[in-house]
Amino acid sequence: MITELGHFALILAFIVAIVQTVVPLIGAHKRWPAWMAVAEPAATAQFLLTAFAFGALMWAFIVSDFSLQLVTLNSHSAKPMIYKISGTWGNHEGSMLLWVLIVALFGATAAWFGGNLPPTLRARVLAVQAAIGVAFFAFILFTSNPFVRLVVPPFDGQDLNPLLQDPGLAFHPPFLYLGYVGLSMAFSFAVAALIEGRVDAAWGRWVRPWTLAAWVFLTIGIALGSWWAYYELGWGGFWFWDPVENASFMPWLLAAALLHSAIVVEKRESLKSWTILLAILAFGFSLIGTFIVRSGLLTSVHAFANDPERGVFILMIMGFFMGGALILFAFRASAMEARGVFSLVSRESALVANNLLLAVSCFVVFVGTMWPLVAEMFFDRKLSVGPPFFNMAFSPFMLVLGLLLPIGSAMPWKRARIARAVKPLRYVFVLALAVGGLAYAMQTGRSLLGPIGLFLAAWIVMGTIVDFVQRAGRGPERWGRLLRLPRADWGKMVAHSGLGITMMGVCGLMAWQQEDIRVAQFGEPYDVGAYTITLDEVNRYEGPNFLSTTGYITLAQDGEVIAQLKPEKRIYPVAQMPTTEAAIDYDLARDVYVVIGDEQVGGGWAVRTYIKPLTNWIWIGSGLMALGGLLSLSDRRFRVAAGARKTAASPVPAE
Amino acid sequence: MIRAALLMLLLAAPAWALDPKEMLADPALEERARSLDHALRCVVCQSESVASSNANWAEDARRTVRELVADGATDDEVFDFFVARYGEFVLMSPRPSGSNWLLWAAGPIMLLLAGLIGVMYLRGRETAAAPHEEALSPQEAARLKEILKE
Repeated sequence: MITELGHFALILAFIVAIVQTVVPLIGAHKRWPAWMAVAEPAATAQFLLTAFAFGALMWAFIVSDFSLQLVTLNSHSAKPMIYKISGTWGNHEGSMLLWVLIVALFGATAAWFGGNLPPTLRARVLAVQAAIGVAFFAFILFTSNPFVRLVVPPFDGQDLNPLLQDPGLAFHPPFLYLGYVGLSMAFSFAVAALIEGRVDAAWGRWVRPWTLAAWVFLTIGIALGSWWAYYELGWGGFWFWDPVENASFMPWLLAAALLHSAIVVEKRESLKSWTILLAILAFGFSLIGTFIVRSGLLTSVHAFANDPERGVFILMIMGFFMGGALILFAFRASAMEARGVFSLVSRESALVANNLLLAVSCFVVFVGTMWPLVAEMFFDRKLSVGPPFFNMAFSPFMLVLGLLLPIGSAMPWKRARIARAVKPLRYVFVLALAVGGLAYAMQTGRSLLGPIGLFLAAWIVMGTIVDFVQRAGRGPERWGRLLRLPRADWGKMVAHSGLGITMMGVCGLMAWQQEDIRVAQFGEPYDVGAYTITLDEVNRYEGPNFLSTTGYITLAQDGEVIAQLKPEKRIYPVAQMPTTEAAIDYDLARDVYVVIGDEQVGGGWAVRTYIKPLTNWIWIGSGLMALGGLLSLSDRRFRVAAGARKTAASPVPAE
Repeated sequence: MIRAALLMLLLAAPAWALDPKEMLADPALEERARSLDHALRCVVCQSESVASSNANWAEDARRTVRELVADGATDDEVFDFFVARYGEFVLMSPRPSGSNWLLWAAGPIMLLLAGLIGVMYLRGRETAAAPHEEALSPQEAARLKEILKE
């Protein structure tokens, strides 16, 4: 019964979205207040109906209603409750429902908090947002309906992919979608502005909170995913340059660029058409990402292997929104006249450089991801593009970005004197060089990667802190003033430091990782790096829905036991799938990562040990980036700009 | 009975990436073999290298790499061996040859282009005439002021 109600609510939401697309758009064009006003309650209704549908599906998973095909295929009665719930979005249909729920949620927030927007702009934003909703409601209802019943329900389900039965991954998709889909808001603002034919400082200010929120969620989602890959996949890789990962990384890069260019629009009324284009492209890459993941186009390399019908549908959605928006852009971009005048050396130019590097690095990722397809179609070469290419082609951009960051963010608007902007940073630069040099001298081997990472981290973190402290001026009052600086300044410092710290973690891990693979005999200690490993025993036990082989390993350093590690390998009989559960001794300086392998014919067990320096800083840095975004989001001027509701009711003057 | 069957399943689990019994005795050769493992793609897996994959195919590939390395093959000869049998697809990153130079050059070319456009834009901004007043209706002006206050 609840299932049917959910299905019905979904169809109703579809209809509401259609109304919300058409009526306010006409209203805004004809300046009819009543028609424009339809958008707001429609957005709320659309969100509530979609939320109900999603809740109904989740309920079916919670009570294990195997009369639903989706539940049968992706759940099992013996599964822990948290994974029954996360199973709701652990599959194609459910995750699309989550997708469209978030589209509706963002639309609703624009209706709730967008009281200060000009009525025509708000009506158009909500209409465009609803149009995206319409496309995806149709996609769900016509190609991937989650509410399909089975005529004969089975006794039990087929279980969720055990790799997905993990807390890190349970919450990875919702965050990622909040990010992906949040960019739809920036897209809606861009298209609405193009229809309006004007972009001004206020527009730049309105679009930023939503972009910032989307970027924060995307950061968290990507970080969760990479952390999961690190501890779950059994060899401690954190990033694989897999097409699906790239699909989430490209929107992140563009969203980061968009955040920075929207500042220029807000403060200096320049870079308008570029910002609009970025907003369109950022959401475009989200759609491309969805397309890549859903169609199976790239994972299998054999085009459209997974589900051609769904792939074609998403391709059509993508073609419609990107094509439409870009055509609109071509006609209207000339109306976006830049007004600010600034010199070649200025904050504006530095932000242009930031956008250049982020956009081109995104392009590199895009070309690398798509190249296998291009090569097969045009050159008849079947090939693959993997991590070695991306590491070489992508990293230089990040290196330059890191080098320029402290200088650029210290520059004043309009006109800067490079010597003056750089002056306070020269000590920082020398100190950072010293840190890098020290790392170079202390390491074994002659790799440059690690020292570069430490240098960049020191340069960025100290550079942004110096810049931040300078903002408070001089004199005895400065520390008090520092605390009262706008949250946006705090956010900037924290997020930029986070980037530097993540770079350090990545470089440290890639440069200084140690690996050891061997047959371990019970009670016979051996050394890996500075550590002593002893395999004490191996046990088998039965979990709720898996069988486990667990190794008991003692980790010691300088004769002192520092940890007891229990690496496992598990078999999930229902899904017929093995997983590794690596045991990790976490530490800020290094992780010791232990994996148990097979029993050997001649006695003993295969044990793999990795020492991974600085690894945790990758995720600490990501967390700081997200925190910086949140701090910036809480800045007063956004609340002032977005929260004042009392003016919402004022009628629009007739033309 | 079911328990016994499950135990069988547990014991029949696939090999886990590189196994000690596959390794070469000479550490220097093993080191080279491992870096080769990372540069070869497991062709039956989804975006995994031979080094990290548990598939039987990858296990065979690792063994072959070690046989070739032990026979004194250079890295390029090992790659040639695999490319001859499985095509270019088996390489983790394509060789910069033929049409692939486009892939490797795409980033730098784009950077040059974008940089050129960027500098032209910035030059234009530098010499732009003072902004002429755009027609803002009085209500809009008042509204903008209100919004931009604070």
